[in-house]
Amino acid sequence: MAEMDTSSGGGHKKGPGVKKGKKMSTRVDLTPMVDLGFLLITFFIFTTTMSKPTALKLNLPADTKDPNQQNKLNEKSALTVLLGKDNTVYYYEGDLAPNATNFKSTNFKEIRNEIIQKKNATDTTFMVIIKPNDESTYKNVVDLLDEMKITNTGRYALVDITPLEDNLIRLTEGEPALPTPAPAAGKK
Amino acid sequence: MARPKIPRKSTTVDMTAMCDVAFLLLSFFILTTKPKPSTAVPIDTPSSVAAKKAPEKDLVMISLNKDGKAFLSTGDGKEDKENKQAIIEAVNTNKNLGLSPAEINALRLQPFLGSALPMLKQQARMTNDQLTAESMNGIPIKDTLNNEMVEWMKAVVQVYSSLGRKPNILLKGDNVAKFPGFKNILSALKKNDLLKFQMVTNPEAVPSGSPLYVGLKDGSIKPADQ
Repeated sequence: MAEMDTSSGGGHKKGPGVKKGKKMSTRVDLTPMVDLGFLLITFFIFTTTMSKPTALKLNLPADTKDPNQQNKLNEKSALTVLLGKDNTVYYYEGDLAPNATNFKSTNFKEIRNEIIQKKNATDTTFMVIIKPNDESTYKNVVDLLDEMKITNTGRYALVDITPLEDNLIRLTEGEPALPTPAPAAGKK
Repeated sequence: MARPKIPRKSTTVDMTAMCDVAFLLLSFFILTTKPKPSTAVPIDTPSSVAAKKAPEKDLVMISLNKDGKAFLSTGDGKEDKENKQAIIEAVNTNKNLGLSPAEINALRLQPFLGSALPMLKQQARMTNDQLTAESMNGIPIKDTLNNEMVEWMKAVVQVYSSLGRKPNILLKGDNVAKFPGFKNILSALKKNDLLKFQMVTNPEAVPSGSPLYVGLKDGSIKPADQ
């Protein structure tokens, strides 16, 4: 504050001969005002959101009981991606083998390459089936839907997990398997 | 020696210009940005490459917070608030809740709907300060037999079909919300034939080299399709 007094009118001093106080300078030191201005700028930058939230579209298929109306899926060209707990991802190509030999485990970094590889290897009927289990999070699902956008996969579906697949995930994660019929009846 | 004496110059700089710049920037920031909307339910949304801006009109927002509690809210516009009142009235008639007009008005002014249908009378008596994600139980969705989101969505469909418009259903989920909550919201939407909806995400850069990145560059994918 003391600084302010000394500097005010400092720009007007002509020399030692000019007497102070005779002619008051009209100049005001603007440094504090600049300080205030920038303080307010920082405040507004921090309290406002620059990037508006975006919206990811999702179209659900209509539930239909009529098998003729349902989309037929070519098993050969399907990639099923399963989401487990702690951001783990499992996938298999085509049908799940009876002994689950084609059931593979991966993570969110690797899955993109898998999808691209499979997509390039198959024709336009390529489809991704997303099956999150009850331990997976909303973020996992959105991330995978996002991967669909990134890999430019037009055909994908969010499908309920089957008890068999759920148990495979549980076994891989070292948890006791659920009694097979029970979850199917309760969750559907 | 022509000029041995260099005149002593003052070290003070004229601050007027800098002050001008500071306040110009300040006014720019004030005018271009919106303050963070004060959300009663804090939610960390996941990020996606989607480039479409979230709609702000005819908004029906379902929030799913980190504990898996579901809340319903509408946009802040005048029309959206009127629709909110209509939605509450529709649920009130459908389920015979016996809410008085004053209670419906109180619910309309609150930031979100977040209690089971029989508890709405109690929520109407609460102040906005009391309404937090912790104090409310959320709209029951966990039990598939008693998924009240179905009722709410039914009311939304009723209100918007009478207006002849389509609601913009937005789903705002938290990163760590478990999938079953999301699934039950989806089934509530499906039951009411609301098959198109959008999920609120934070923008994210498209990873370079990915098919989307290549497609956007050569123009085979339009940014609007994202």
